[in-house]
Amino acid sequence: MARLGLMALPVAFFAVFFAYPVAAIVARGLKVDGAWQFGRLGEVLAQPDVRHVLWFTTWQAFASTAFTLLIALPGAYVFARFDFRGKQLLRAVITVPFVLPTVVVGTAFLALVGRGGLLDELWGVRLDTTVWAILLAHVFFNYAVVVRTVGGLWSQLDPRQEEAARVLGASRFAAWRKVTLPALGPAVAAAALMVFLFTFTSFGVVQILGGPTFATLEVEIYRQTSEIFDLSTAAVLTMIQFVAVGAILAVHAWTVHRRETALRLVDASVTARRPRGAGQWTLLAAVLGTAALLLVLPLAVLVQRSLDAPGFAYYKALTSGESDVFLVPPIEAVGNSLQYALAATALALLIGGLAAAALTRRDAGRLVRGFDALLMLPLGVSAVTVGFGFLIALDEPPLNLRSSWILVPLAQALVGVPFVVRTMLPVLRAVDVRLREAAAVLGASPWRVWREVDLPMVRRALLIAAGFAFAVSLGEFGATVFIARADNPTLPVAVARLLGRPGELNYGQSMALSTILMVVCAVALLLLERVRTDRTGEF
Amino acid sequence: MSTTKKFVAAAVGLGLVTLSACTSSDSGDGEGASESKTVTLVSHDSWAASKSVIRDFEKQSGYQVKVLKDGDAGQALNKAILTKDNPQGDVLFGVDNTLLSRAFDNDLFQAYEAKDSDLLPPEYRIDQQKKRITPIDFGDICVNYDKAYFEENDLTPPESFDDLVKPEYKDLLVTENASTSSPGLGFLLGTAAKYGNDGWRDYWTKLKANGVKVVDGWEQAYNEEFSGSAGGKKAKGDRPLVVSYASSPPAEVVFADPKPDTAPTGVAYGTCFRQIEYAGLLSNAKNAKGGQALIDFLISKKFQADMPLNMFVYPMREDAQIPEEFTKYGAPAEDYEVMAPEDIAKNRDQWVKSWTSLVLK
Repeated sequence: MARLGLMALPVAFFAVFFAYPVAAIVARGLKVDGAWQFGRLGEVLAQPDVRHVLWFTTWQAFASTAFTLLIALPGAYVFARFDFRGKQLLRAVITVPFVLPTVVVGTAFLALVGRGGLLDELWGVRLDTTVWAILLAHVFFNYAVVVRTVGGLWSQLDPRQEEAARVLGASRFAAWRKVTLPALGPAVAAAALMVFLFTFTSFGVVQILGGPTFATLEVEIYRQTSEIFDLSTAAVLTMIQFVAVGAILAVHAWTVHRRETALRLVDASVTARRPRGAGQWTLLAAVLGTAALLLVLPLAVLVQRSLDAPGFAYYKALTSGESDVFLVPPIEAVGNSLQYALAATALALLIGGLAAAALTRRDAGRLVRGFDALLMLPLGVSAVTVGFGFLIALDEPPLNLRSSWILVPLAQALVGVPFVVRTMLPVLRAVDVRLREAAAVLGASPWRVWREVDLPMVRRALLIAAGFAFAVSLGEFGATVFIARADNPTLPVAVARLLGRPGELNYGQSMALSTILMVVCAVALLLLERVRTDRTGEF
Repeated sequence: MSTTKKFVAAAVGLGLVTLSACTSSDSGDGEGASESKTVTLVSHDSWAASKSVIRDFEKQSGYQVKVLKDGDAGQALNKAILTKDNPQGDVLFGVDNTLLSRAFDNDLFQAYEAKDSDLLPPEYRIDQQKKRITPIDFGDICVNYDKAYFEENDLTPPESFDDLVKPEYKDLLVTENASTSSPGLGFLLGTAAKYGNDGWRDYWTKLKANGVKVVDGWEQAYNEEFSGSAGGKKAKGDRPLVVSYASSPPAEVVFADPKPDTAPTGVAYGTCFRQIEYAGLLSNAKNAKGGQALIDFLISKKFQADMPLNMFVYPMREDAQIPEEFTKYGAPAEDYEVMAPEDIAKNRDQWVKSWTSLVLK
């Protein structure tokens, strides 16, 4: 009963602010005079353009995932097994891209491989509007997902198991294949599926780097809704993406379930040691070199571009009211963004915390587990659809929020909740249930049990959850771009609009704003790295 | 430790407050109180007007003007349609003849006949039965050329649609995506008007074979890819032909410092399509009275004379004074392609779709 009470708020939240708006926009596209036009499904799918988009979305997601695994798995090994100076800091640095707004990632790669970018200046090489820029940006974005998910488990695998196999006569490769790989397999699969999910639904990166030729489903939904105004095609595409994402999440849930099978885990600190021999040092150098080239260089170029005018001119221009792009000086976007993100974080913590508490017990029924997967859906459902859904669904009493500031934090909280749940759940599940029972027997109220038993144990996880929710809220772009009011832009929205304007000054200002956004995200992350626990989910 | 506790408590508390705030369904920050005093104009990103002209209107009418620039022309229109039950403003300015039918089909506007609208040229005053829209300005979408490039290469600039597919102009033209950009769509409609429903596909096949480049928006095409504009020169653009406006050359002069004697770019007058911009009173406008006053103002002599140098369009009113530097460097086209609004309405979406397959995929 108590659990049902805990679930009520998260369920209501998702029903009102996710299911209802998405259903409203789909109905708007597919319902004519009260009758559903499911025949449109076949018609839309028969169009060569749509099939082209589906094909591109799928193959680029596969290619991005393969490249990310190829480049990041050695990194996962190095971070798991080697001990070297600056490892802690470096682990934080490689995670910065993951929490960066897609708009910033797009801008950074534009500064690297676009017109007048670094490669263009040095060798006349331009990769923007090619698929290579998109793939590179996707690897940049998801490197940390693989390193953290796979490396986290790898570092806790007992190396003595592999050593035992070798003593018994197995070759080094055979020992790795027979002992380590099977243990690691589910983690690799889970990481690969997350990368696939993120790249399959990629929006900001493709929008900025893809030009008119390349479009993922998400970008095509945006174009069909916002530019071509073919709502029925957009609705069909939304449903296709919904089904695809549902399938990916189902497989992911299955691998997570399998991963929970007992493994002999040891403390990560005892498995790592200094690299030995030329081979290991070369591997370490190669991984660090790749990380520097792929992860640090684009960010460095971004910062350099933002300073590419005498006397911080681009930063100064941000504070001027003369801008013809906005009604307010662009710097105000910083304040707006911080306020929105804080409100969104509070909402996400509340909703996600309650959901995680409800999902905690291992005897949770199938219904509850289904809810677990449901909470992940906002990560994969077109943010564009959510944004437009908000516009048309939440504009009449009793929920007339159209001109209310709360709309933006609500949309941002939707993507924050999955991170909160994913972070909190493993920790909450690790709390010994007998502690709670003991407290209850001694006469503590449920609230007091939570406050005195659960809260002290999950405090660190709660902070980390707050940090991730804050970072993704700050960077949310797809939905915010529709519902942010023109006189209250958020940082990513301001960056995108400045990028779309001509002239050096606007370009420089977008680089400067991106740099500010990157610094805010990086600082939040570095603070988190200091409170990091060992069992904090997969992000 | 205790600060962490406080933080968590504060965060949860804040969450509760915000949640309760949102369920109590306020309709926004005190909109009701200022309703009759503020009038809101929804427009596209290219909107610009002299501050003094707006201030005069505010003083005379007693209304305060708020302008909401909501993306490019197509995006602003689409968002207005999606939010028409509870609109963001009172008046929409900037829907053009290429997209007008979409506004009508979705009942975006309510009837209003602007004061002085009988002074406007009759050929632009369409929808006379329902009177939902008022024409405000027009412009010509035409290919512009970089004069310096053609002089250096001893080449005659193209003059017509037919010229553009000739081998001597191979790989020179950049245009915009017809599905995302209004000059891009205008240029496509121009070719459809010229070559007909059957002929335009052949024409674009030839144009594609002749190396036309397509980018997403006008900003990128004109200020990055085109070699003749100030922005394009800086960005090392290498396309000497671009789809832009007949009024782009005067803009090159007006914004240059020092001002040159002649414009650095010219217009291929045989490639023009006429674009007309309208304004309308939104169906559920909260301040309909203020909206009506605003539309009257948009065709007032003062605002009309202010338009050319701000938005680089030609005013609808024939008695509005056009600045000399504007007419000197960029006269409107004398011969241009037009298309009846009902023909555009009937074919637009299909043409754009097949253009996308033909040219982009």
